[in-house]
Order: sequence, then C-alpha cells, then structure tokens
Amino acid sequence: MDTSATGLLDVRDLSVAVRSRRGPIGLVDRVSLSIGRGEIVGLVGESGCGKSMTAAAIGRLFPTTAARITGGEVMLEGTGDLTNLSDRQFRKIRGARIGMIFQDPSTYLDPLMTIGRQVGEALQAHGYEGSREDRVAELLAMMGLPDAAQLSTRYPHELSGGQRQRVLIAAALAGEPDLLIADEPSTALDVTVQAEILVLLRELRDDLGLSILMITHDLGVVAQMCDRVYVMYAGRVVEERDVYEIFKDPRHPYTLGLLAGTLSPEVRDQELFAIPGRVPDPRAMPEGCRFHPRCPLAVQECREKEPPKQPLGEGFSACWKYDDPRLPRAWQLAEEHVLPVGFEGIPATSDDEVSEP
Amino acid sequence: MRHSWIPLFALKRLLFAIPLVLGVVIINFLLIQLAPGDPATVLVGDFPVPEEYLDRIRAEYGLDKSIPEQLIAYLGQLFQGNLGVSFSKRQDVLTLLLERMPATLKLTLSAMVLATIVGVLLGVVAAKYRGRAPDTASQVTTLLGFSVPEFWLGQILILLFAVTLGWLPLGGDAPVRGDGDVLFNLDYLVLPAVALSFRYVALIARMTRSSLLEVSSADFVAATRSRGVSESLILRRHTLKNAAPPVITVIGYNFGFILAGSVMVETVFGWPGIGRLLYESITSRDYPVMTAILLIISVTVVLANVLTDIVHALLDPRLERK
Repeated sequence: MDTSATGLLDVRDLSVAVRSRRGPIGLVDRVSLSIGRGEIVGLVGESGCGKSMTAAAIGRLFPTTAARITGGEVMLEGTGDLTNLSDRQFRKIRGARIGMIFQDPSTYLDPLMTIGRQVGEALQAHGYEGSREDRVAELLAMMGLPDAAQLSTRYPHELSGGQRQRVLIAAALAGEPDLLIADEPSTALDVTVQAEILVLLRELRDDLGLSILMITHDLGVVAQMCDRVYVMYAGRVVEERDVYEIFKDPRHPYTLGLLAGTLSPEVRDQELFAIPGRVPDPRAMPEGCRFHPRCPLAVQECREKEPPKQPLGEGFSACWKYDDPRLPRAWQLAEEHVLPVGFEGIPATSDDEVSEP
Repeated sequence: MRHSWIPLFALKRLLFAIPLVLGVVIINFLLIQLAPGDPATVLVGDFPVPEEYLDRIRAEYGLDKSIPEQLIAYLGQLFQGNLGVSFSKRQDVLTLLLERMPATLKLTLSAMVLATIVGVLLGVVAAKYRGRAPDTASQVTTLLGFSVPEFWLGQILILLFAVTLGWLPLGGDAPVRGDGDVLFNLDYLVLPAVALSFRYVALIARMTRSSLLEVSSADFVAATRSRGVSESLILRRHTLKNAAPPVITVIGYNFGFILAGSVMVETVFGWPGIGRLLYESITSRDYPVMTAILLIISVTVVLANVLTDIVHALLDPRLERK
C-alpha cells in the first residue's frame, strides 16, 4: 500500500501505568507507532498485551481512572502532542479528529435512546449546522443502512449486531475524524457480519481517506485489512512490518507463534498450536526480552538485555535472534523437542546448549 | 405511538395480581386462626361468664363453625365488600378504615417524597465525590438509616424537637383547621414523616449511588464521550436516565416497608392512621380489623408494584412486548 503517506499520528515512546497499592504497574512500555493518512495499521497481540491500553491512551478513554500516561508523546498532525491537552481541549479532538469504535456494539449504544438521536447527538457535539435529520440519514446510508427514517426511531435492542456496529461507525464518523481507532470491531459479531464490517471499513478508508488503527488479536483480520502491522507482547512492540512481509517472513518468535496458532487447512489433522506458557504478570515482567521465558531460541543475552530494534525494510524486529537460521522453524523444532522451551514449568536444557546449534 | 401498549400491560398485571391478593387473604386468615387466644373471651371481656353464654357468642359470630366454613363465609362477605364489624369498637370495619386511611396515606406518601428527594440527593453527591469526604458522610448516614429502628428514632425526635426545643407538636394529627390550612398541618407531619423516611432515605441513597457509578462506567458512556459530547450532556441525557430505573424500582417495591414502618411510627406519634389501628387491633385481638388492615396493606403493596412496573416500562423501551 501507500507507505509514503504523510504521518497523521505519531506515537513516541508511550508508556501507560495503573496505580495500585504497591505502586504503579506498567502496562504499556515505550510504544512507538505511526499512522499515515489513509493507512490502515494493525496492532496485534494476545489479550493483556497492552494493545487496548495503547488505543485507550491515544483516545484518552481509559477503562479505569487509575490508569494514566507515564511518558511519551502522541503527536497528531496539525495539533501537536495530545498528552499536553487539558480534558476540555481534548474534547475538541474527540470525534472531530479521532473517532473510536469498539468490540461489543450492544453495550456501546445507550439502550434508552433512539438510534437517530444518538447519531444526531454526535453531530450536535461538532456543531453541525444543516438539517441533522438529513445528515443522520446520509450517514446511516453511507454505512450501508438504508431506510434511515425508519431506523432512526428504533432503539439499539431492536437492531442486529451488525446493524449496531454500523450505527456506531456512523456516530464515530459524524464529526468527520481523520483517524478511526477500531478496537476489535468485528470480534463480537457473526463471521459473515464480521466480513461485511471489515469491507465497510476498507471502503470508508478508500472513499474518505480515513486512517484506521485496527486493534485485533486476529491475524486473519490483519491480512484482510492492514497495510502495516505492529505486534505487541507484554506491553512492548516486538515487531513492526509491512503486512506482506510479516506473513511471508516473520522475524520474531512471538509473531511466528501467533501465525502458527492461526487455523489453516494444512494443520487440520494436527493438534492446534498454542505458544506454551502464559503472558507474564505486569507486576513481575521478565528482565531482558519479555518473551524469553516462552521462547525456544532464548539465550543468556535475551534474559539480561532488552533487544534493540533490528531494522527490517520499513519496520523492525525487537529480537536478539531475529536472523537466527532456526527462527522460521523454531516452534516446530520446539514441538519435536529439538529446541527446549525456556518457560517455567518445563525443564529447559542449559542455556549453552540452546545458544550453540 | 410508543406507549399505546401500556393500558393493556397494566390491565394484565392487575389481573395477575388478583390470585396473589386472594392467596394473601387466605394466608392472613389462616395465620390468625393459628394465633393463640379465643376471640369469644375477647368479645366478652375480662369477666367471668357461664360457658353457655360463650357458646351463644360463638354461634352468633360464626366462631363455632369449622375453619374452612369460616373461610368460605369470610370470602363470601369480602366479595360483597363487607369487611365485618370491629369486636372492640363495635363499628363497621370498612367505615373505620376509610376514616383512618387518609392519615396513613398522608404520612407514608410524605415520607416517600421526602425520602426520594433526600435519598437521591445523597446518592448523587456520594457518587460525584466517590471515595472523598461527602461520600463517607453519605455512607455513614446510610448505615445509620439501616440500623436505627423507627420507633427509637421517633422517640428521640420527640424528645429533642418537641420536649426540649418545643418547636413541633408531640404527636397526633391536628384536625383540619378552619383557616384553610394549605400547609397540610405540616407541623404535625414533620417528625413522624422524618422518622418514617430515614430507612428509606438510606435505601434510596445507596441504590442511587451504586446505580450512578455503574452507569457512569458503562461502555456507552465511554462511547458517547469518544464522540466529543460534553460531560454535562452525558450526565443529563445518558447517565441519569439510565441510572433511574433501578432507583425507581427500589422506591416502588419497598412501599410495603414504609407501610410496615408506619405501624411503629404511628404508634409512637399517636398518628390516627391504620398503622396505629393495626397495633390497637392486635393488642385487643380485634380479628376483623386485623385481617382487613392486612388485606389493605397487601393490596396497596401489589398496586405499588404494578405502578412501579408501569413506570419502569415507560422508561425502558426494552421492556416493550411485541
């Protein structure tokens, strides 16, 4: 896709922590990502990896008041660093520059208010001056919801999941934002509806030049939608790649593990693959590379030093073993017990054995 | 016409309430049969009489018949609107109740309005200042409301405001004053209404607080915020509206507790309502009056519940049935 796009959003070294009785717990650690105009960028990882927290930090919509940004910048083209804005100033960004859609459309609409009023309210918030009713109808039609007059008087519970997600997108785009943050927008929907919503989002990008930050755990969604992808693990970005490259030639063992866990006809007769071990507890993050306790290629260096970002084309891999020849087959070798998996619970052979092939 | 289905809904709910009330009537009747003591001796009074005289009394009041026969006779009379005659006051029970009911309604409805205003205010303040001093103050008030019995609070209020300070009357309800008393005899009403509302204030405050906190962290509030809608509009249009139904349910469903509390409060304050009448009828084993009051209370509670459901249905479109 168009990788020469000018930067719309530029997140630099963003860190997020939640307060707790025992001091702050870091959930997002120096995450940097950029999104160009008209670009669809994926942010991928298992639940608890910090991808939703990153999105919440950008949109200043933390699920708890205990969470806050502890470092870094969120640069928005034409506005500057969003983290410096007061809540009052940030409200002018909401909906007008950055729109958000969410996972479960049934809980993100007010059950006691008609569809028309909820979309109209978003228009009103941005000082829309024409006939609100007409514009609501126009927006709903744009989302593939015809017969707006009739739909506007309905309540959210009278709509299907797919319709509700379309209404949410209409409301999010009422203020004509440049960037849409989509947090698992298709996860809670039926498979066919999922595909429809993804197609709609792609059309909106093509027609409106909308940029989309796609938060998802589903690599299938990434393959269908995204131009570039950031893979997050335990609060950090571990790999950033062009979408074609990441599927063709992934260079981080975690990314490889995620890909190996994706269903495909070739693996139907085998046992389903899952990366052994668990996502680390944010209160006790491993030293060095945070993935090392689960990694078949881990060596002493991985335990001690945070891996640098190794440049790969437009992106990078934050892995000490990113050019290890065994990397592409690492998980297969681990399953065949050729490589040990260094995660707690399964005895690993000594580090020396692992480091020397 | 969104609400055109409401009358039918109300009618259905009322029809379903009929067997419920009937069941309550039968249980009340049987409960009183289980209570110790012979009504005949109560009728005669504390006076030695020959056994034949007691038998005559029993026959006269139908007390010699079997319990099922008495029940059927009772239900038969009930359907004709005959609630019987008071043993102790020798008065028609229905007349007696109609005389006393307005005072109770005045007291309980005042207490309810007072409790709603104070309770909702306390709850909103507590939710707004969650975890800070006003919240703590409200929580302590709530705890007191749950733990202080009405009759004790009533006596303390009398001691303080009527005896020591002399600001308000000791008790009773003034007869309607000739000068067109627009204030509803407010001076007589204040203390009993406060005593009766305290527990209710606690209940409403607590529900308002938790409901507001729950709704303000709801997904749709976050989504509305993400569209740039101002906080004050979010509160007015979304949070308050969504927090209201559980509070209204608590207010309506607990009307029965206010009626129960009124027995204590009316007794302490000498308020001439059915609460005190119930207390008097229990001490004098005036069974017809007791059963009639229990019946009235059950019917009132059922009506309050039906009314609550209707209000709830008006507020929440999800309750609409196709």
